[in-house]
Amino acid sequence: MKIGALREIARQEARVALTPDSALQLHKLGHECLIESGAGHEAGFSDQAYERAGVTVLGSAGAVCSLSNVIVKVRPPEPVDIERLTAGQTLISFFYPAQNTPLLEQAQQAGATVIAMDMVPRISRAQKMDALSSMANIAGYRAVVEAANQFGRFFTGQVTAAGKVPPARVLVIGAGVAGLAAIGTATSLGAITYAFDVRPETAEQIESMGAEFVFLAFGENQDGAASGGYAAPSSPQFREAQLAKFRELAPSMDIVISTALIPGRDAPKLWLADMVAAMKPGSVIVDLAAERGGNCELTKADQRIVSDNGVIVIGYTDFPSRMAAQASMLYANNIRHMIADLTPGKDGHIVHNMNDDVIRGATITHAGKVTFPPPPPKVRAIAAQKPKERVKELSPDEKRVREAATFRTQTRNQGLLLAGGTALLLVVGAFAPASFMSHFVVFTLACFIGFQVIWSVSHALHTPLMAVTNAVSGIVILGALAQIGSGSWVVVALSALSVLMATINIVGGFLVTRRMLAMFQKS
Amino acid sequence: MTIGIVSAAYIAAAVLFILSLGGLSGQESAKRAVWSGIVGMALAIIATVFGPGIGNGVVVACMIAGGSVLGYVVASRVQMTEMPQLVAALHSFVGLAAVFIGFNTDFEAARIAAMDEAARATLTGFANLLAHKGSVELAIMQVEVFLGVFIGAITFTGSVVAFGKLAGKIDGTVKKLPGGHFLNAGAAILSLLLLLMYVNDKGVWTLFLMTVIALFIGYNLIMGIGGADMPVVVSMLNSYSGWAAAAIGFTLGNDLLIITGALVGSSGAILSYIMCKAMNRSFVSVILGGFGTVTGPAMDIVGEQVAIDSDGVAAALDDADSIIIVPGYGMAVAQAQQSVSELTRKLRAAGKKVRFAIHPVAGRLPGHMNVLLAEAKVPYDIVLEMDEINEDFANTDVVIVIGSNDIVNPAALEDPNSPIAGMPVLEVWKAKHVFVSKRGQGTGYSGIDNPLFYKDNTRMYYGDAKKSLDSLIPLMA
Repeated sequence: MKIGALREIARQEARVALTPDSALQLHKLGHECLIESGAGHEAGFSDQAYERAGVTVLGSAGAVCSLSNVIVKVRPPEPVDIERLTAGQTLISFFYPAQNTPLLEQAQQAGATVIAMDMVPRISRAQKMDALSSMANIAGYRAVVEAANQFGRFFTGQVTAAGKVPPARVLVIGAGVAGLAAIGTATSLGAITYAFDVRPETAEQIESMGAEFVFLAFGENQDGAASGGYAAPSSPQFREAQLAKFRELAPSMDIVISTALIPGRDAPKLWLADMVAAMKPGSVIVDLAAERGGNCELTKADQRIVSDNGVIVIGYTDFPSRMAAQASMLYANNIRHMIADLTPGKDGHIVHNMNDDVIRGATITHAGKVTFPPPPPKVRAIAAQKPKERVKELSPDEKRVREAATFRTQTRNQGLLLAGGTALLLVVGAFAPASFMSHFVVFTLACFIGFQVIWSVSHALHTPLMAVTNAVSGIVILGALAQIGSGSWVVVALSALSVLMATINIVGGFLVTRRMLAMFQKS
Repeated sequence: MTIGIVSAAYIAAAVLFILSLGGLSGQESAKRAVWSGIVGMALAIIATVFGPGIGNGVVVACMIAGGSVLGYVVASRVQMTEMPQLVAALHSFVGLAAVFIGFNTDFEAARIAAMDEAARATLTGFANLLAHKGSVELAIMQVEVFLGVFIGAITFTGSVVAFGKLAGKIDGTVKKLPGGHFLNAGAAILSLLLLLMYVNDKGVWTLFLMTVIALFIGYNLIMGIGGADMPVVVSMLNSYSGWAAAAIGFTLGNDLLIITGALVGSSGAILSYIMCKAMNRSFVSVILGGFGTVTGPAMDIVGEQVAIDSDGVAAALDDADSIIIVPGYGMAVAQAQQSVSELTRKLRAAGKKVRFAIHPVAGRLPGHMNVLLAEAKVPYDIVLEMDEINEDFANTDVVIVIGSNDIVNPAALEDPNSPIAGMPVLEVWKAKHVFVSKRGQGTGYSGIDNPLFYKDNTRMYYGDAKKSLDSLIPLMA
């Protein structure tokens, strides 16, 4: 089959859907690659580089379209692109079918098959072709770099001879792929990073990237698993609580990177004008949701604006394109994996298997029919998680009160115990003869010493402890020895037996203890 | 030797015994500590034998010689996996000796009471001591004798049953006679009545009858306790043997016996307490048998048990940097400690961090696993207690569970309705991979299902622990 890549005609789009490397891989699958001249120019791939990789470079988009069986591109197609499609051709690109219904219908009428890279389901097997994630990753990284570019200070804290520099404080809103990439980049630049997400199960991921999870104590928390790993709209009460939290954080944040998007909806407004006003001059807001209206009220798509109080709000929508070489490489790989899945025999024959979850999910028109929206996937993106209960941190005061209380109860218990014990002893003392009491003193003291000594014995030596106490309890031999001189033969016989058994105990106990202890060796 | 020197020797012996127990706080000091005990014991015996009032020297010499030989043979032949049995057997000797000495005291007292003044004056040693007791002192002595015999008799049969269960000579399952603990309670009340009759001089038959009853209590009590609760039972019997010795000490007016008995008694009591705490059960509930009451339906376990073969385990171990091995009674049963040690040696030679996590109730005796690993030459500084290592599971690549079940059961923490809810367990499931070496799909001692086996990161490595490990070792680079 022939796979043709088109030059992006959208303004400010530098990416390309085919790289020389991915073309080599496609060759191995038995495909032939074509490319429109100059398509890779802005991403740093010259026509010569493509030719070296065995790609046929054609002069016009029309030529590529007419010769290819599969057409790959990055941005959603324009009506002109669709017009060129003929029945039996396959188009692979971003499409956003929910927003582009007219285009979808046009493609269906043309009889072409369209695979929307943005519709690849979020399951483990499909991660290699998840272009949204690979682009979001780049956007997250680039957002931090862009913010650093605009921010007039260091990200990392430093103590220099000229003075101390505090580290920048970065807040990342939305811990999706872009958010996590932003967190990673910001922390590795040395900033103190905070991150917020409505899905509590992201806390672990956020903390693993080195940021602090901004915890919002609120009854209903979302289970992201129910919505395929994406966030869902939240209730008004939750939204209020969330905004209050942001309002509280706003004055202390230097950089805000907002990535909050809900699939198929306009971006939620989370960073309101008053929060921008509360920020320090020179602070930077990078709004990755600008294309969908932005999370910040001040955001203007594709523009850098400065608020009245000197806060820079960046609303660029072309972050991946700003890193065109990297983005093209990853996107071309995504496409290549998709085509590999479409070519199960690796023989250059495309088999459009509509029973395959991934292919079915991404296909939006096929065989003259609109196949969007797809049925819900059989496999859940991520397992449902139990909400984590946060242990409430005690304030120092509360701790002190609690400690004092435990101390009091302990003292009381001990006092009661001592009083009771003394009373008991007094009763015994009142009736028992002096000789008994003197032995009793010894007994009580020995018990105390025993308790003190045994508590310090290490757990690992409990078996030797038992063996040694065994040996020591052979001390009953003294009793038998005292009685063995008796005039009664029964007493002598019983004593003799006792001596025998006690000796076994003593000798056996000590020897086995010694044997055991000798085995304990340090490495 | 005068009585003064004998007393001095007793004091020295008492101090040495205390040092001997105190020295067990560390592995190195323990090696010295055992000598303190031996010297103390030798001092005490020599002083007594050569002290005033000891007769029948030939019999004494024969018995000590015979006992020494037997003791030596037992101590040098015993396998380390058989330690629990040995300890139980030795307890039974102390118990029986206590019973005999108690009887003797009664016989002697009766003999002396029948003598006239002139004959009494010629008495020496213990008899002389008895002869000079007043009526109140004699009454107290009778109580002491009675107590000593009672505790001794329970210790004797209890230890014999415990020995049988641990040695596999008696079926380890819980067996209760009809009536169960009411039978024991009735027997105890009966013994109390007999005590009153004995003190009121109703005859020596009361003492004998009580002995029979106490022997029965010991038997019935321990028969009703299952195999895995034996750590508690053995430490409890350890404690009893101490109290029995202390009771004899009171009878004989011998402070060394009292001190030693008190030391041993408190040692056993503390050990029982530690064991119970490690199972989150009260001492009473362990002794009376049975687990905590179930308050609701157990949580459903989702997932399935996934088996793995030696190659899979070897590959995971190859990739791992940190490994924790959790041994349990199953390792002792399969005699797998040498294989475990060999595996540990290979892994450590490959530069991996290998440690052992020991739950306080792993095995059938407190500290049993430590001794088995030490025998197999596993260095003791990589063998850690639960509290020391429980935090580290989250940062561990591979956990190998060998023959343990309840001590790694996440239900104890996650399911409030579980019978073992609240029991501290080793949180192995937090590690990246968990391999469970197990003979089959059965449940642990408590009979409850273990959700660990169904977790995503758990793989079941079925088969005899020793065979499994032996097949694993050649696969390791």
